[in-house]
Formats: sequence, structure tokens, C-alpha cells
Amino acid sequence: MEFIKPGTRIPFTKYRHMAITLSTLVNIAVLVLLFTKGPNLGVDFAGGTMVHVKFAQKVSIPEIRQALGKLGFGETVVQDFGQDGSNEFMIRLEKTSVQIGALGEGIRGGFSDRFGQDRFEIRRIESVGPKVGKDLRERGIWSVIAATIMMGVYIWVRFGFSFGARFGFHFGLGAVISLIHDVLVTIGALLLVNYEFDLTIVAALLTIVGFSVNDTVIVCDRIRENMRKNRREILENTINTSINETLSRTIITTGTAILVLVALFLLGGGVIRPFAFALLVGFSSGVYSTIFIASPVILLWEKGKK
Amino acid sequence: MQRGVVVRLVIFSVLTFAALFYIGPTFMGELPSWWSGLLPTDRIHLGLDLQGGSHLILEVKVDKAVENAIDRMKEELRKLLGEKAVPFSELEKNQANQIRLKVPAANGDRVRGLLKGEFPNLVLVSSRTDQGGVELLLALHEREMRALRDYAVDQSLETIRNRIDQFGVSEPIIQRRGQQDILVQLPGVQDPERAKEIIGKTALLEFKLLDETHSVEEAVKNGAPPGTQILYGYAAKGEGGLATEKVPYLLEARTLMTGEYIKDARVRPGSNLAGPYVELILDSGGARLFEKITAENVKKRLAIVLDNRVYSAPVIQERIGGGRASITGNFDMKEARDLAIILRAGALPAPVEIVEERTVGPSLGRDSIRQGIISFVVGGSLVILFMIAYYRGAGLVADVAVVFNVLFLLAVLAGFKAVLTLPGLAGIVLTVGMAVDANVLINERIREELRGGKSPRAAVEAGYERALPAILDSNITTFLSGLILFQFGTGPIKGFAVALCIGIVTTVLTGVYMTRIYYDYRMAARKLARISI
Repeated sequence: MEFIKPGTRIPFTKYRHMAITLSTLVNIAVLVLLFTKGPNLGVDFAGGTMVHVKFAQKVSIPEIRQALGKLGFGETVVQDFGQDGSNEFMIRLEKTSVQIGALGEGIRGGFSDRFGQDRFEIRRIESVGPKVGKDLRERGIWSVIAATIMMGVYIWVRFGFSFGARFGFHFGLGAVISLIHDVLVTIGALLLVNYEFDLTIVAALLTIVGFSVNDTVIVCDRIRENMRKNRREILENTINTSINETLSRTIITTGTAILVLVALFLLGGGVIRPFAFALLVGFSSGVYSTIFIASPVILLWEKGKK
Repeated sequence: MQRGVVVRLVIFSVLTFAALFYIGPTFMGELPSWWSGLLPTDRIHLGLDLQGGSHLILEVKVDKAVENAIDRMKEELRKLLGEKAVPFSELEKNQANQIRLKVPAANGDRVRGLLKGEFPNLVLVSSRTDQGGVELLLALHEREMRALRDYAVDQSLETIRNRIDQFGVSEPIIQRRGQQDILVQLPGVQDPERAKEIIGKTALLEFKLLDETHSVEEAVKNGAPPGTQILYGYAAKGEGGLATEKVPYLLEARTLMTGEYIKDARVRPGSNLAGPYVELILDSGGARLFEKITAENVKKRLAIVLDNRVYSAPVIQERIGGGRASITGNFDMKEARDLAIILRAGALPAPVEIVEERTVGPSLGRDSIRQGIISFVVGGSLVILFMIAYYRGAGLVADVAVVFNVLFLLAVLAGFKAVLTLPGLAGIVLTVGMAVDANVLINERIREELRGGKSPRAAVEAGYERALPAILDSNITTFLSGLILFQFGTGPIKGFAVALCIGIVTTVLTGVYMTRIYYDYRMAARKLARISI
């Protein structure tokens, strides 16, 4: 079986102006969304408490609100969680005056009164103090930035040896720009579907950074090889040839990763779903950015030098 | 070539047997007795999010420990000045945690001398002379303050460890984290609320006299008179004593004795009406002190206060020797038992506050494992089928490598005692999806070389050789981001990073070196005239 017929020559770099314009617009839109709407921060980053409850019978959200209202927790958000009919709910308590750790007992008491003692089960409690939340938030942001830069430096050094420092730097720069693109696109998708940002999302972003740079590495590797093979060829053609030659691999590798991610997304349960979703978006974006962002950046830079 | 193949085959067989032995315990219910003597017995450790349990981060309020120390010094200073017959007009602790002492001007130098000799840890911040005398501001030495804070955290950790040990949790993790935090992990704990109650209680036990010269009602209304304080207790109310009522007590602020002298604490069944009580057994110093206190205060009421809550205030009938005291209250058996645990383990040197909690119930953990395994099987099967459909024979070779990859990955997790978490499980699923990348790169390359007109044999050799740099590069970058993830992450995320990084190593091992054995064998046996790819 072959998805991409040998000898396929799609002139990808021709579309670079369109692609760069489109991606820039998308990225700006994500940034605007990020700073106007703001991310829906989970308890890991915002502080507060999340309680995950499963009821034995059918219970409506207003009923839960009512039971909680009597406990004086202040502002609460109740959301459906898990599959339909599983009667699982996520209760988010904002800045409460109640001490962390004493919350579970309060909720247990309130729900026992309202729904009966054994009619519900507290499956998960996550409480994070505001100080810890701020600390995790900062560390999360920095780790994604550090990883992105590290990938750029790795490529710079790696290809710097065989191409010369200047060329290596352009490859590294291309990789960093395409990674920023992938991270932003993923964040944008999460904003659109309104998933909470928490530690697992940061883990997903870091994985995207590590995985998506692979495609760039593979293409750069091929560009290096083709440049050696054919020294007279102009750079644009070499880049196109290289992208085409590795296209099949790019699609299959991402494809198999996407197969398992779809399985995780559909079957892995509610806790892991946002994580799988973020990876799905980021990996797909990684293919696009390698073809349409990383290579053109190298090209633009080289042309600009002349 | 033939020998090379055999050697590598032997190496991989040994690795495979070792891996099977390492993961054996995880998948077998009961280990046969001959196994335990010879072979690894560690199962893969499940994280709290998979087996259920509580993860807590406690912040020790170290400044409170410093404050307490300054309070104590102030009292010692008061005693010393009394003994040396030095008059003073004021001695108090101010807002900035300093001791303010005012003595007649004539005594200024003498007091300074005394302070230098007896309180080397206090530094003189300022001294001011006016017509009322000399006012001295004393602060705790910075070094001493640091030591106190440090000690408070270490001591809290010891106390909490004691309490958890007595509460009975298997394999708890109790570690100091950073300046003033303590990490506590309680796997499989059934009643997290109760565990938190036991861990978080300061458990400062104090014996104080009841002030019977003023009226409690008036003190509640107008504030406590100087030298006294109002604390509350809870009394049973109504039939059966289910509801409780808050009762104010007016106590002398002075603490006669604290819980530091407790040698043991036991639950004693009470009479039918009173319910169980906790008996305290004091050490010899405590016994002497308690005897002295009771002897001096016969017919007065002695309040037993725990964490500013009055448990009881019995009348001292006579001098009590023998070092035994009891705390009664309206507790059931469980509460009495918890109280005894706390008292035995001792008080925390400073209050602690839970700043982070993550508790997962056992049923959610079981569901997560089940869902993780289902997505692993479904996702893995899809990848395996796809590889066979796309690459046929070469796909099958890659699939065999993937199976061994997962085997090695699990074995390393078990062997290194790594913790498998829910994101870690996702990491294993993801590894299956990403592992075939190595073989995709190789196979694509082989196809290209074949198209270029090379013989199967030359194509395979060139394929492996030329794909290797790209495979290494792409795995190194993922590994690097895994390392950053490990640095950044908390428990569950660390589990993902570990699975990801181990998965990369096993992927290179199986995807590149293991599959190569197959082709080399065929080359050596001269059976590589045609290749299914």
C-alpha cells in the first residue's frame, strides 16, 4: 500500500506566502482570544477546589446546586462529566473561606442530607491553595518556553556541525517558529472547546513540542542529504524535494499516533480526554507547520540574506 | 555475519526472559514460593490516581513557631528579672515579634549585662531613655530564627510520620519539600477525611485554671479581663447527646502544663453514660509537675484544653500523684482512638495548613485502569493492523518489535520501581503509536532504495544505515522534552514523563536493533532474494 505515490512533487514552498499569512492570522486570533476571553484555568493553576461526584440515581444540576447552596461555599460551578447517564458531576468551588481539606466532609454532609447517605460517591477531590496555583502556573509556562528553546538549540547545534553555524541557526529558528505555531494552535483549540487548563495540558503541550519537532528534524535531515547529493540545485527545489520524499513518513507516523490518540480520546475516560484532545490537535498541527512553516522560514531567511 | 546474528539473538532472548521475570509479579495474583526466593517480586507501583489515595501538601506555619519561642523567652525573662529582683515597668511582645522591656534608668546597664549572659539569642535592636526609664527592644537573632523555622518543619515531619504510622497506612510517603512544606502521600486510604483530621491537628494540649472570680457572661459580652481568656467547649445537648452546644469558659491565660510530658495515651471504655475517655500517662517530670499543680489548686477547676478547645474542666478534689490524668468529652470510640493517637505522637511545634490536596477514590482508579487498558488494546490493535496492511511483511516485523517494546517498557517500570499513573498509562498507549515511527522511517527508506534499483539486500542495509541519524535525532528531541516534563511535573505528570522517556529507549532498542536481527538472519541464510514491504 502507498498513500503518496513515488515521484510526487507538490511545490509546497509556492504556497508559503499564503500559509504564513494564514498561520499568522490564526496565531494572532489565538493570542487575542487568550488575552480577552482568557483560558479556563483548572484548580491546578487558579487555586480552589474541584470535587468529582458520582450519584447512584439520576440527579439534576439544579438539585446539586441547591444542596450545595445550604453549605455556604460561595460561588460554585456544577458541570456534567463523563458519559451520558453516568451521573457524574464536576463541582468547582471558587475562592472559599473554608479551609482546604475540610471541604470534602462538608460536601459529604450536605449531600447525605439531600440525597441519602449511600446514594453518591466522592470520586476525586483536588484542592490547590492560591500560592501553589500561582507557582504551578509560572512553572508550567516556563517549562513550555524552555522546551521550545531547547529544541531550537538542539537543531541549531545538530545541523550547525554539518551545514555551518549560520545554516544551523536558520534550521533551529524555523523549528522554534513552527513549534510556537503548534502550541498556539493547540491552546486556541482548547479555548474554543472550553477545556480547563491544568497540569495534564502542560504535559500535552510539552509532548507536542517534543513530537512535532521530529517532523522538522526529519525534513531538515533530508534537506542536508539532498544538498550534498546535488550541490547545484537551488535551495527552494531542494526543500520541496525533501518535503515530498519524507511526506509519506510524516503522514504515516502522525497517522499511527493519531490512531492511538483517537482511541484514548474516545475510550480513555473523562480524566484523560482533554489531554488526548490537545495531543490530537497539536500533532496534526505539527505536520502542517513542518511543511508550511518550518521550511519556508529557512527559505525566507536565506533569501533575505542575499 | 552468522555469528553476529546468533550473538544478538542470545542477547535479546536473555533480555526477554529478564523482562518476563520482572513483569511476572504484576500479572500473577499469587507468586509461587520458589519465585520469591530467586526472582524479582516487585509489582509495578500504581500512582495514587490509579489505586486511590490522598496526596497532601502541608505548609508548616513556621512564623508561628518563632512567635511561640519569643513568647517563651519573654516568660523566661520575666522569671529571671523576678529572681534577680530587677524592677521593670513593662514587658511585652510587640507587633513586630520583638520583646519590649522597660526598666528604671538606673538598672539599664545591669539588665543589658544579664541579657548578654543569659539570653545570647536575643539581640538588642534599640534602646531609648526617657523619664520613665530605659526602653529596650529585643529581637531574636536571625540565625536562631532560621534554626527555629527549620526545626519546626523537621519536628512536624517526625510528628506527622508518627501519627500516620499509628493510624496504619501501608507505604505512606512523608517528605520535606522546600522551605516549609511537607508532602504526604497516603495510598489506598479509605477514609481521607479522618486521615486529614489526624495529620492536621496541632494537638497542643494545655492545662489551665478556670477563672472563677469573674463572670463568664460578662466576659463574653465585654471582653475578657486582663490575664484571662475565653475559650469554648462543646457539650452534649438534648436527648442522646447528638447535637452539641458551644459553651464558653473563662480561663486564666497562664498555661500550667502542656502535653510535652505525655508518655502514653490510651482509650479507656467509660461507664455506659459517659462513653470512652482517653487516659494520659505522664513521664516522671510530668508526674511531679502535675502533682504540684493539683496540690496547689485543690477545689479549683482545671480545664483541659486541646487546640484552644476546652474538653473538660473538672474540679481538683485532691492532690493527684502517679502521673495519670484523663480527658473526657463526648466522643465515640473512633474519636477517642484518634485523639489518643494524636496525643501519643505529640504536638506539632507549629500549626500546619493543607495547601494542596488531591484525593482519588478507589473506584475511579479502577475505572481509569480499565479504560486505560481498553484504549491501549484498541489503539494498539489499530496500529498493528495498519502496519500489516501498509507494509505487509515488514509491517509484521515492526509489529513484533512493538509487542516486545511494550514488554520491555513494563519490565523497566517494574524493575526501576517507577510509578505508573493515569497519564503514564496514556504515555504507554502513546508510545505504541509513536514507536512504529522508527520502522516507518526504515521501511520508507528501504522502499526508496528498492525503487532506486538496489537489490533487496543492499536496500535493507542502506535503509537501516541512512534512517538511523533521523531516528536518533527525533527520539533525542522527544526525550529532552520528557526530561523537562519530569523536572516540571508533579506526581501523575512525572509518571507520564517516565513512561515517555523509557518508551523512547525501548523503542530504539526494539525498532532499530531487534528488527535488524530478522533481516540479518535472512541475509546470512541467503533468503533475501525478495522482500515483502
